[in-house]
Amino acid sequence: MTIHDSPQTFVREDDGATLRIHGSAIGDRVYSGAITFFAVCVPLLLLAVAWELGVAGWPALHKFGFGFLTSSDWDPVKGEFGAAPAIYGTIVSSIIALALATPLAIGVSLFLSELAPRWLKQPVGFLVDLLAAIPSVVYGLWGIFVLLPVLRDPVMPFLRDTLQLDRTGLFSGPAYGPSMLAAGIILAIMVLPYIASVSREVLMAVPRSQREAALALGATRWEAIRGAVLPYARSGIVGGVILGLGRALGETMAVTMLIGNRAEIATSLFAPGYTMASLLANEFSEASSDAHLSALMAVAFVLFVITLIVNAIARWLVWRVSRGTSGRVA
Amino acid sequence: MLAVASALAGSIAGSLTAQDLNGAGATFPYPIYSKWFSDYATATGVKINYQSIGSGGGIRQLTEGTVDFGASDAPMSDAELAKMKSPVLHFPTVLGAVVITYNIPGITKTIRLTGPVVADIFAGRITKWNDARIASLNAGLKLPSSDILVVHRSDGSGTTYIFSDYLSSVSRAWAQSPGKGKELAWPVGLGGKGNEGVAGQVKQMPGAIGYVELAYAKQNSLPFADLRNASGEFITPTIESVTTAAAAVTSKLPANTDYRLSIVNAAGKGAYPISSFTFLLVYQAQPDATKGRKLVDFLRWYLRNGEQSAASLDYAPLPASMIAQLQKRLDTIQVASS
Repeated sequence: MTIHDSPQTFVREDDGATLRIHGSAIGDRVYSGAITFFAVCVPLLLLAVAWELGVAGWPALHKFGFGFLTSSDWDPVKGEFGAAPAIYGTIVSSIIALALATPLAIGVSLFLSELAPRWLKQPVGFLVDLLAAIPSVVYGLWGIFVLLPVLRDPVMPFLRDTLQLDRTGLFSGPAYGPSMLAAGIILAIMVLPYIASVSREVLMAVPRSQREAALALGATRWEAIRGAVLPYARSGIVGGVILGLGRALGETMAVTMLIGNRAEIATSLFAPGYTMASLLANEFSEASSDAHLSALMAVAFVLFVITLIVNAIARWLVWRVSRGTSGRVA
Repeated sequence: MLAVASALAGSIAGSLTAQDLNGAGATFPYPIYSKWFSDYATATGVKINYQSIGSGGGIRQLTEGTVDFGASDAPMSDAELAKMKSPVLHFPTVLGAVVITYNIPGITKTIRLTGPVVADIFAGRITKWNDARIASLNAGLKLPSSDILVVHRSDGSGTTYIFSDYLSSVSRAWAQSPGKGKELAWPVGLGGKGNEGVAGQVKQMPGAIGYVELAYAKQNSLPFADLRNASGEFITPTIESVTTAAAAVTSKLPANTDYRLSIVNAAGKGAYPISSFTFLLVYQAQPDATKGRKLVDFLRWYLRNGEQSAASLDYAPLPASMIAQLQKRLDTIQVASS
């Protein structure tokens, strides 16, 4: 039954309705009409953005074809545009962010939903959520003045020389500070509250009976969490992670300030990199040639498509888990 | 009490009237422009709104006719001019300069550099601070053997345009690749966002070299190098040496110049080589009579009254010889009769 039908059904059942009830039925219809209008506006807006970006980016996509996604040449002076380093950097920095943030976020949310005493739950949960409220540029400044110096010395030399991780190729080369690693770490802190918040809700939605059943079978607390709670919440947590990924893909300011802005694909995480969002932030305001603008629009379009896919997956996963729980709770 | 109330009412009524003129463009001259516009509003009551969205955005908005004037650090290219609805005039307003800032461990004195050396450093061909070509310019200094780390602007900017314009004029290899532009495919180095991004990284990283605006470097007490100019002298960037560079070029201008001038590597005595004008862009044929007249009035005002306040905000004023030429040029603006 949709929102639309309910007021009409109500009036029909109540045939001797007074004028007042009748009047509220009109109000209901106006209300539902307005709500439907707003609801339709959002997807229309989304389509309009996609259409606009696609049309504006088409000349570049058409000219460079598949090479736009695979070429590393980004040279506005010569009019050659290949977005591969930015696409690579966007994905790699987001993966680093998730690799660091996911275990931390799940740990926090497990603690809050399963272990924390009541008086601690609220303040810790509040503080974690508060991380999401800090402006991006503040993270960037904190990164420049606190994170980068710490990375430069001692973290990077420790990883490279003391742990001898330079043999892996991932942690080698000079330790300047601004790097893919720095961007990944700042992103991890920024996406942490999103993942933690969704995971916490999902874990709290796990029915009490699930835990009690496991404990009744003689499971320890850890076994109950691992065997009964986590599997139940798994797809919801994955949804939270993917929501965090969507956030990491689009983050602009803090990353621009820390990644070093170098359009090059390097194996080492110590090397500077680039992301699609920071490329746009850097070059959009001063781009004046048509080819350059079109290339930037095409980058925005690619970023839009990737983010859209990621968010759709997240929605689907969260929807799946929430439907499952409410059915079983009832 | 009554006076306060009426003053309040007056200011509210004032803020309700639309801005008289709207402009958009370069961020570099924003501090001096906002001072001019505020001084001008006090003197004449004409309000000018300026959005510092970047030169590229200013040119776009002027092309679309959404602003009354634009502003740009780099002169417009022929292709950009061709896209305009009608001819656009360039009015140089003030001058700026780009300086080389550095962080060399153990060096506190000012270093000396030449254009070709700077080009080779930023191209990654000179990689150590004690390279023979740097050492021979700085005989008294004990330069370390550490690596040079290049820091450049990551965002599109007039500063990068002026710097790369200069490097292209002193190094043939640079002119070929990466060339000159507001954003480049840099051969080496890290990108910092804005003057503050470059300066921050240079300050933090021993061995780093970067380029920032003179005004920014002065206000933040950054060290900057003396640079050899086309006359062979080592010049400290100052307001005077920047104005001198402009005078050296503009004294030899043909009468019909369009003022789309590059003054990098100017050949005058005492001229600092990485200097540049910043421009206001106005349509030669003003479509709106009222606005057109207000705009011309303002242009006349800045030429007569604005230049004195340039130095207080670390911009170099136009050389005196240019003012009369530009005033004459004002008469070529056609304002539609209402």
